[in-house]
Amino acid sequence: MIEYWNPRIERMPIEDLHKMQEERLRYFVRYVYNHSSFYRQRFREAGVEPDDIKKLSDVTKLPFTSKRDLRDTYPTGMFCLPENWVVRYHVSSGTTGKPTVVGYTQGDVDTWSESLARGLTSIGLGRGDIIQVSYGYGLFTGGLGLHYGSERIGATVLPTGTGNTERQIELMQDLGSTAIACTPSYFLYINEVAQKMGVSIRDDTRLKAGIFGAEPWSEETRRRIEDSTGIKAYDIYGTSEMSGPLFTECHLQNGIHIWADMFLIEVIDPKTMEQVDDGERGELVVTSLDKWAFPLIRYRIGDITILNNEPCECGRTHPRIMRILGRTDDMIIVRGINVFPSQVESVLMRIPEIGNNYQIIVDRKGPLDVMTVKVEVTESAFSDKIADLMSLSNEVSRQLKSVLNITAKVELVEPGAIPRSEGKARRVIDKRKV
Amino acid sequence: MEVIKQISVFAENKPGRMARVARTLADAGVNIRALTIAEAGDFGVIRMVVDDTERGYKALHDGGFTVSETDVLAVELKDVPGGLYEIANTLGMNNVNVDYAYAFVTAKFKRAMLILRVDDIQRATEVLNEAGVRLATREEIQQI
Repeated sequence: MIEYWNPRIERMPIEDLHKMQEERLRYFVRYVYNHSSFYRQRFREAGVEPDDIKKLSDVTKLPFTSKRDLRDTYPTGMFCLPENWVVRYHVSSGTTGKPTVVGYTQGDVDTWSESLARGLTSIGLGRGDIIQVSYGYGLFTGGLGLHYGSERIGATVLPTGTGNTERQIELMQDLGSTAIACTPSYFLYINEVAQKMGVSIRDDTRLKAGIFGAEPWSEETRRRIEDSTGIKAYDIYGTSEMSGPLFTECHLQNGIHIWADMFLIEVIDPKTMEQVDDGERGELVVTSLDKWAFPLIRYRIGDITILNNEPCECGRTHPRIMRILGRTDDMIIVRGINVFPSQVESVLMRIPEIGNNYQIIVDRKGPLDVMTVKVEVTESAFSDKIADLMSLSNEVSRQLKSVLNITAKVELVEPGAIPRSEGKARRVIDKRKV
Repeated sequence: MEVIKQISVFAENKPGRMARVARTLADAGVNIRALTIAEAGDFGVIRMVVDDTERGYKALHDGGFTVSETDVLAVELKDVPGGLYEIANTLGMNNVNVDYAYAFVTAKFKRAMLILRVDDIQRATEVLNEAGVRLATREEIQQI
């Protein structure tokens, strides 16, 4: 087993990394300016020229871009190369608005695979591993991204895609999958179905690692997955604008490594738009440094995270981001208080009597917002006593209140009552009409 | 065996829930002897004594219900004024608390039965036996 996919880059001294980033930033600022009327106009509006960008810190002089720009220039107005360079499109599902189109040169696809090859190697996967890719294939980036990344490291891909869960479990056993890539909520569902089939992931399969992403999840969910199935659960991060799932944690599970030769990342305060210090929560902003068909300049992803520039104990020197706390899009405002579904999740997953699935329903009763959290009662926690159930529901409510600072109504429901998902779980139902 | 196993099912307070429970037991060929529903807002607990507890429990569990088993007593009630008083008083005098109770009448044996959930089942069994109250056995409940 090899320890690093690309040791020279992954362990590069920080000063050298910064120098490399600086050169690439200068190059790409000029590149987008020369190749795209969209960026030329944006730079002019911001009063900045490519020559103004000399040092890495000059990145703050550049204008921000966002999903809105991507929609306004639909379908390919932010591309920097003509179509005949593009070898593939992906299209985001548009769950939070109009769909968005992204494109790749062959080099962009290779860089994407290189990024995942480093990540998959860092969690101990390689030749001889069988990686079951249970992300959706097609317009969604998850399936094909992990597919090419897994092939790059010489692993065997089992391209199951989503759905057909019983078959997935049979194949997992028959072909001996050693790792699986899917959303954490789908893996929990796979485990549930496996149990019903009398299959124990721990004892009856060779599965040792899960690469979970495409939706925010909590440390508590990680513990549940690891305790109940005996596998190691790793976080993976990336969005379609950045190419797709790109970055993972290493085997130490202490933050997601963002390859600095590919992206320059900033974390900003969305109110002041200024960079925040390491360790402070803020919105992730990315500038691509090795992406040609569809580069990004100070793109506001909308994900909330914490930056950590300390080199990791694994020997990799690149910056890390902590677990994504949520998207600014996912944030719900209840009675004027910001609530991230991931905060609710981490409270619920600490309570063993509560199942793995939950749903948040926000409604308006008269002038007041009402938040209801539906949770499933596990059989092991169910006693015949009503008082026990009442106190469970009160306990959940009390813990939610202490973390969120708002009172939520807790509804205990039967196991299986909350709909399962094969892709991204729908955790929030907002019934308020604004 | 004088301790009876009662099946409790967690159920949301919604139309059709009771039917799903009943259907599951019917399909498994399990007969319900006595049943009561305790309601607490959004949810409730369906409690019942059936002829074949093991089969009933398994059918409900496999059907995806949240189920638990609870020890209860089935006490024979005399069909005369004061029949209930005798039992309740015996338990009260001996400091045994009744959590809940529900009654049913058996057609075949023309008897009233009281299902009792108490805080100290050992003690309850002793004092009721001493007072000459008849407790139905598991086998009897099966054969009613």
